[in-house]
Amino acid sequence: MKPAKPNLVFSTVHLSANVEIAPNVHLLRMDKPFAFKAGQVIGIRLDAGQPHRLYSIASGEQEDKLEVLFDINPEGLLTPSLAKLRPGDALEISTPFGFFLNSPGPACWIATGTGIAPFRSMFRTGPYENKTLIHGARNARMFFFQDDFQSVLGQYYIRCSSRGVISDGYNGRLTQYLSEKKDLSPETTYMLCGNAEMVVEVRDLLISRGIPFGQIRAEIYF
Amino acid sequence: MTLTQLQEVVKTLEMPAYTARQLAEWLYHKDVEHIAGMTNLSLANRNRLETTYELGLTPHSKVQESSDGTRKYLFPAGNGLYVEAAYIPEKTRSTLCLSTQVGCKMGCLFCMTGKQGFQKNLSAGQILNQIRSLPEKAQLTNIVYMGMGEPFDNPDAVMQSLEILTSAWGFAWSPRRITVSTIGILPSMERFLKESDCHLAVSLHSPFDDERRQLMPVQHIYPIDEVIRCIRSFDMGRQRRVSFEYIMFEGVNDTPRHVNALSRLLHGLRCRINLMRFHPVPGTPLRGSADDVITSFAESLNRKGIRTTIRASRGQDIDAACGLLSTRTLLKDRSKEY
Repeated sequence: MKPAKPNLVFSTVHLSANVEIAPNVHLLRMDKPFAFKAGQVIGIRLDAGQPHRLYSIASGEQEDKLEVLFDINPEGLLTPSLAKLRPGDALEISTPFGFFLNSPGPACWIATGTGIAPFRSMFRTGPYENKTLIHGARNARMFFFQDDFQSVLGQYYIRCSSRGVISDGYNGRLTQYLSEKKDLSPETTYMLCGNAEMVVEVRDLLISRGIPFGQIRAEIYF
Repeated sequence: MTLTQLQEVVKTLEMPAYTARQLAEWLYHKDVEHIAGMTNLSLANRNRLETTYELGLTPHSKVQESSDGTRKYLFPAGNGLYVEAAYIPEKTRSTLCLSTQVGCKMGCLFCMTGKQGFQKNLSAGQILNQIRSLPEKAQLTNIVYMGMGEPFDNPDAVMQSLEILTSAWGFAWSPRRITVSTIGILPSMERFLKESDCHLAVSLHSPFDDERRQLMPVQHIYPIDEVIRCIRSFDMGRQRRVSFEYIMFEGVNDTPRHVNALSRLLHGLRCRINLMRFHPVPGTPLRGSADDVITSFAESLNRKGIRTTIRASRGQDIDAACGLLSTRTLLKDRSKEY
């Protein structure tokens, strides 16, 4: 019998930046006390007496600092406090874990909102040459890191704006875009990250378009 | 409210400390319907309570009855939201399958609840209201936390509800008649194993990492082998039961290879596997295994020393069977970010 895996090990780190990159959406930059794999999550808490919450790492594997992206849940236990942190403030983060990882084969990364975080980590880590990124959001301000993605991925970066009108993307819901898209390959791996409703809706849509469910990977927020 | 919370209430309202136990007695033993009915409290204290608190009892707004006697109740959960609870009478026992969340975040491929997304966590009071306001409350012998939502994604309310259900000052239920089902959210499951004596059920559905990820996204975060390792690290005693739920999907998880892998995964663990027929949900690519395949699968596992039973489907004609509870059609139009 294998020994029980110890509970998550937490380290105290210090914040180097807290940037509000869109209304109520923050990017935290902090010390990086460990190596990780793009797509993994960490637990974050403000002190040992609090329960932790999980966040996808948004920075690349080779970078010196660790970044996480979150939007403020006004009723949440943690995010309103995280949003107030200042450079130099301490917080506790766990060792990384999770298996929503990049693979060398062709893939379509599909995200809504802050679900872009693991794909940003994969993008900054690589490889991304055979990847397509589809990001759904309400309006142009909510396509986080769009300049970075656009400059490198070009036509393989698709923004779907459900409300605001954008000039160089798809005006409509992400699910509408996918239902109209003609070339959905059953050999591609489809990686989904976002809220539960989006993940389930997109997964159902892909399956209805003939994508085997074995080709679909989903990361959920909870 | 737990006894500790009731003690806080009486302290805040400057009532005698013993009033907390009187309140618990009225709430959980005498099933009082109104604060005014708590007749051993002074009139002044009853008035003070009424100005700040209400009992929160909410009757069901709809009931459907299956041809097999199962009844599905719809309970309001505030803000125009609803949850379902299934009452399942049998010859020797009567079980309530209750909900812990409106919707669910877990996104399992085979579950109807997940298709409505996640709307809110229920409070401990809203969880217990499904018992307290159940017309058949007096006949209940068993409670299973297997309705809408993932109980361990709402751990504070679930643990509070279990404390109230099983404490002598509360409903005084035996923990051996209560089962909490999870897909394996490790931190909350560990807390449950430490703090409660109730039975545990884990949704397993595949012993293989890659296959389980396709069925259950949680496998990316909390793999089943770590869940089982965690369970093994606890002394469950002789009375506490661990069971594994296993829905049989044709050609996906019903082969001899799965029997062998399950046997290895659960070797030496005192547990039971419940095999379940799949109740198809719209748009699913999955199909249920044939009855003879399920029977053969169960026999193979039993021969390998893994105690395995086949769970009878109940309430399928009213969408009350496992995996079918949903209040999606009652959700008003909501804006989506995508």
